[in-house]
Amino acid sequence: MSARFIAAMRVLFVGGIISFRGLFNWLNPYIYVPTMLVAPIFQVLLFAYIGRSAAVANDAFYLVGNAVQYASIPCLFAMANTIAGERWTQTLGIVLATPANRVALFVGRSLPVIVNGGFVALFTLAVGARVLGVTIPAGAWPGVLCAIAVASASCTGLGLLQAALALRVRSTAVLSNIVFGVLLVFCGANVALDAMPAWMASVGRVLPLTHAIQACREIVAGSAVGDVLGLLGREAAVGGVYAVLGLVALRFVEDQSRRRATLELQ
Amino acid sequence: MTGLRSAVRVLVMGWWLQLKIVAVNAFDGVLNIVYPLFFATTALLMYRQSGSPQALVYAALGAAVMGTWSAMATSASGALQSQRWQGTLELLVSSPTRMALAILPITAALATVALYSLVATLVWGRVVFGIEVPIVSPLAFGAALLVTLASLATFGFLLSVTVVRYRTGWALGNLLEYPGWLLCGFLVPMDLFPTWVQWIARALPPTWGMDAIRAAASGASPWRDIAVCGALGLGYAVLGTYLSERLLDSARRHGTLALT
Repeated sequence: MSARFIAAMRVLFVGGIISFRGLFNWLNPYIYVPTMLVAPIFQVLLFAYIGRSAAVANDAFYLVGNAVQYASIPCLFAMANTIAGERWTQTLGIVLATPANRVALFVGRSLPVIVNGGFVALFTLAVGARVLGVTIPAGAWPGVLCAIAVASASCTGLGLLQAALALRVRSTAVLSNIVFGVLLVFCGANVALDAMPAWMASVGRVLPLTHAIQACREIVAGSAVGDVLGLLGREAAVGGVYAVLGLVALRFVEDQSRRRATLELQ
Repeated sequence: MTGLRSAVRVLVMGWWLQLKIVAVNAFDGVLNIVYPLFFATTALLMYRQSGSPQALVYAALGAAVMGTWSAMATSASGALQSQRWQGTLELLVSSPTRMALAILPITAALATVALYSLVATLVWGRVVFGIEVPIVSPLAFGAALLVTLASLATFGFLLSVTVVRYRTGWALGNLLEYPGWLLCGFLVPMDLFPTWVQWIARALPPTWGMDAIRAAASGASPWRDIAVCGALGLGYAVLGTYLSERLLDSARRHGTLALT
């Protein structure tokens, strides 16, 4: 096994975990619990109650939609923070001056993010189901876990693209909020794709989370994982495309930032 | 009399200065205007499926006022955190002016900017969804709106003073955004909730403000709701003033002002 490969693996796994622990001040329980565990429950409740008021769908529809969609908060904000956090601590130049493999560097940083995003969605689904009195059959949980893992990975792919933008855009929190809002409206979390105008549904189909939400709903309704493999495959493909675009964009923008000396601009 | 004049001057000049700052701040601009539009759009798409024009008008008005709550819950608690990050929090609280007078203009400016959100959402509902919100009593509607915004400013003031002592206090503001949207009757009728939840909602000024705004829009009398909303806002201002001194003492004793 070559030394370069081992170094890349170290950057991928060890570097990813160290970066995750170092860059995210939300790992403080006073921040993590309110923003990652409590807020999504209230998002679920908000839309479930609007749904009850408008009488258009049942609680399970909104529970699954919003639980999976909320994975975008940890995924998008964390990936943008891989750049913004380094910039804030004035270590971005040092990180990008290293000869480390860039794919290992950024994909490594995304792995803990995927795990965290999946955990947040799963927690929201479990607690939200309890609060709303929605029954999710025990046999459905492995499939749900699978769908959430794909959703989280796919959304982190979009996060990689956002990380590239964060190299040029200083207000990364603004960017993350906008992308979160776009996903909320378009990915079918609260309005089924067939109830949207056609152009909105088309946009939704090329965004992460849309297919995973649909797959998760079908699994909760009793479908086997095998029945939703097509949806999960499409979700993974959408996420994969964003991840590749993100890595290419990171390379390009890094080069541009060096030329223009904008890396460390706060 | 000189003291009163000085206090009024601090409030007015502070409000104007802060208004200019937040008006050009991209973060506050997006958070106050664009971000609530995503939620309003989702809610309007949901209500549109019900096929009831009255439900859409109900949702359009609620969605418009919803953004004002975000301006307070998230932005007000984040405002002092920003001062902390910029290293100006210590200067702010060590000025000879009472801390309450230094902080209240910040939240008042945020409440003013929240008006953008309200207007933007009403225009959005009209242009994109074709919803025309009838306002039968414009004068009462304006009064209800102003009192609601003023009471929101004092509620935001109460939230923001906690950040002076607790550096993670801003997360409380983020946490309150959804519960406020849920409980204050913006998009969900109060009678869908259990009684104990309704009691909590009634302790929040925007719940009364929203009732007053809806009453004014429909031609009913909003004055009782306006009075309760104003009284609650005043109560939060008094509580915030009291806490601001206590929390500032505590922050000085624990040396936490400059901690990020």
